[in-house]
Amino acid sequence: MTATDAAATPQAKASPRGERRLLTPEGVPLVFQLAERGERAAAVLIDLVIMVLAMVALILATVFLLSQLGFSGLGLGLTILAFFAIRSFYFIYFELRWQGQTPGKRAMGIRVIDRNGGYLRPDAVFARNLLREVELFLPLTLMFGVEASASATLVNLLTLAWVAIFLLLPFFNKDRLRAGDIVAGTWVVAAPKAVLLKDVAAGAARPPGSPRGGGAAGLDPEFPFSRGQLETYGIYELQTLEEVLRQQGPQSGETRREVAKRIQRKIGWAPFDSAGTEPVDAERFLKAFYAALRAHLETRMLFGERRENKHAGKMRPGEPPER
Amino acid sequence: MSPTLKSPLKSYEFRREREKSWLELEALVRQAEKRGLKSLPAADLLRLPTLYRATLSSLSVARSISLDQNVLTYLESLSARAYFQVYGARASLFERIGHFLHYGFPSAVRAAFGPNLLAAFCMVLGSVIAFLLVQGNADWYYTFVGADMAGGRTPAATTESLRAALYDGDDSAAEMLYIFATYLFTHNSAIGMFAFALGFALGIPTVLLMFYNGLLLGAFLALYDSRGLVWDLTGWLIVHGTTELLAIVLCGGGGLVLAGAIIFPDRETRLESLARRGRAAGTLIMGAVMMLFVAGLLEGFARQLVTDVSARYAIGGTMLVFWLTYFTLCGRGRGYDRD
Repeated sequence: MTATDAAATPQAKASPRGERRLLTPEGVPLVFQLAERGERAAAVLIDLVIMVLAMVALILATVFLLSQLGFSGLGLGLTILAFFAIRSFYFIYFELRWQGQTPGKRAMGIRVIDRNGGYLRPDAVFARNLLREVELFLPLTLMFGVEASASATLVNLLTLAWVAIFLLLPFFNKDRLRAGDIVAGTWVVAAPKAVLLKDVAAGAARPPGSPRGGGAAGLDPEFPFSRGQLETYGIYELQTLEEVLRQQGPQSGETRREVAKRIQRKIGWAPFDSAGTEPVDAERFLKAFYAALRAHLETRMLFGERRENKHAGKMRPGEPPER
Repeated sequence: MSPTLKSPLKSYEFRREREKSWLELEALVRQAEKRGLKSLPAADLLRLPTLYRATLSSLSVARSISLDQNVLTYLESLSARAYFQVYGARASLFERIGHFLHYGFPSAVRAAFGPNLLAAFCMVLGSVIAFLLVQGNADWYYTFVGADMAGGRTPAATTESLRAALYDGDDSAAEMLYIFATYLFTHNSAIGMFAFALGFALGIPTVLLMFYNGLLLGAFLALYDSRGLVWDLTGWLIVHGTTELLAIVLCGGGGLVLAGAIIFPDRETRLESLARRGRAAGTLIMGAVMMLFVAGLLEGFARQLVTDVSARYAIGGTMLVFWLTYFTLCGRGRGYDRD
């Protein structure tokens, strides 16, 4: 595996289900997490509630105005028009204005994107929301507006079964597409926010008072790990260690001591400082080991060897030892 | 000492050099997410794409040189968020409506010429069949036109009452016109969107809907023909009918575009073909809904207020010429997909 390969497949490491890669126009693949079906259902429910509330408010306003001003054809006509606008253009309006989000989607932190990585085009928004007629409004009408006559029941049941196919479409494909997504060429993805935390390696401080120099970040001279010791672990272990070092809370100190003990046993590191008298501080040891391990693995990566975990092949014994 | 230990932590240096621009981008994106892109000052708006590309390149580099999980996750998320802002919907709502009227709609109509023709054919076929059947035996009328649809306009009604319905319908009270017009518009638009959405079911329901619409039309024509009122009926229909029937044909055509994309995906996969043609069909339907709005106004106002037959023909004919010219000539020289 070459370095370019490693760059082209950033998700070569165990990629969870529902992750989708999308090539931006700049040619850099971005990774998106498909929205859960539950999140999408909740978003639709929120939107429907907002729509119903808007309609109720509209009715109240109309009733109030009519009682104040007397009957007015214009007012009633406008109300019917507003009803229609809410029902048919609510989703279209918001997805156009808020770049693929509706109030419900925003509340759930999900949004609509183009499957090919282009910008979300207005016609895609039209198409995906027009299909709600069959997917959403038809089932709703059937469920709440059924006449109770016996002959109609069977027909309604059959129609409901047919409509259920559309309604449940997201459960039958791995991209969780509903009919509207298929027609518009869109995905609904989660839009997560991540925070830039401090680099853990930056915390692997040189001993207090030592001059800041050499440009080598965080390599603690107190801990000269040998190459063989750094060969013990891979990227997976490195990132697990990063998580351990980022842990906050009452248990974190205990965890770190435990982890430090295990690593020391594994790599055969004496749990004492250079003077050989006092046991080393677990956190300091872990940070130093993290920095050294990361430097080692990143260097290996630059040479085209991405070592995913500790089980991945080690250096062949025949290779000339580093000196 | 091995060279590994001497080498500096490159990913750390990398981050230290670039993180300022990441944080700057994050601040811009956060504001754009909260208060919209327009809330950004012009200078920041210009910075946004530059910062976005810089961050994207950072992500690219980070993937190949850095093993800092947090930096990678952060860059992934920041790039995605900035990507949404940079490649979100671009123009303002009004610009987009203008573009839609000038290019999108007419070229979508031209692109779907075949399906539109097929939808029109279904409708004409329906009306011819119904016309001939009702002409042969008036009882067929009741099969095609339900009681609520007919509203008293049945073979049992007198010629006089049929004529009266054409010139002063019982909905002619001026106050009611608004309601009548909007009712007609909303009703027809719902049907039109429905016809489109049903195209997803291989288009069979769409074809049936077009055919049924034709049946209604044919039955009405036959009924009035038997009383020698067909000229007056056509005048009554043509005011809004040219606009409305065209729009319904377009909705049917849009539905058939979907069906065609599923049945005949050409060299693409069905999913790709649906995605590409479905969007064009969506544009078609939005245009048709706009046409139905015009038709509703014509039907609610013009038809009730203008009772002179030749004036009605003039209005209807003008509308027909207008639409056909618009569809054939407007927005040429720019393909549908190029925008």
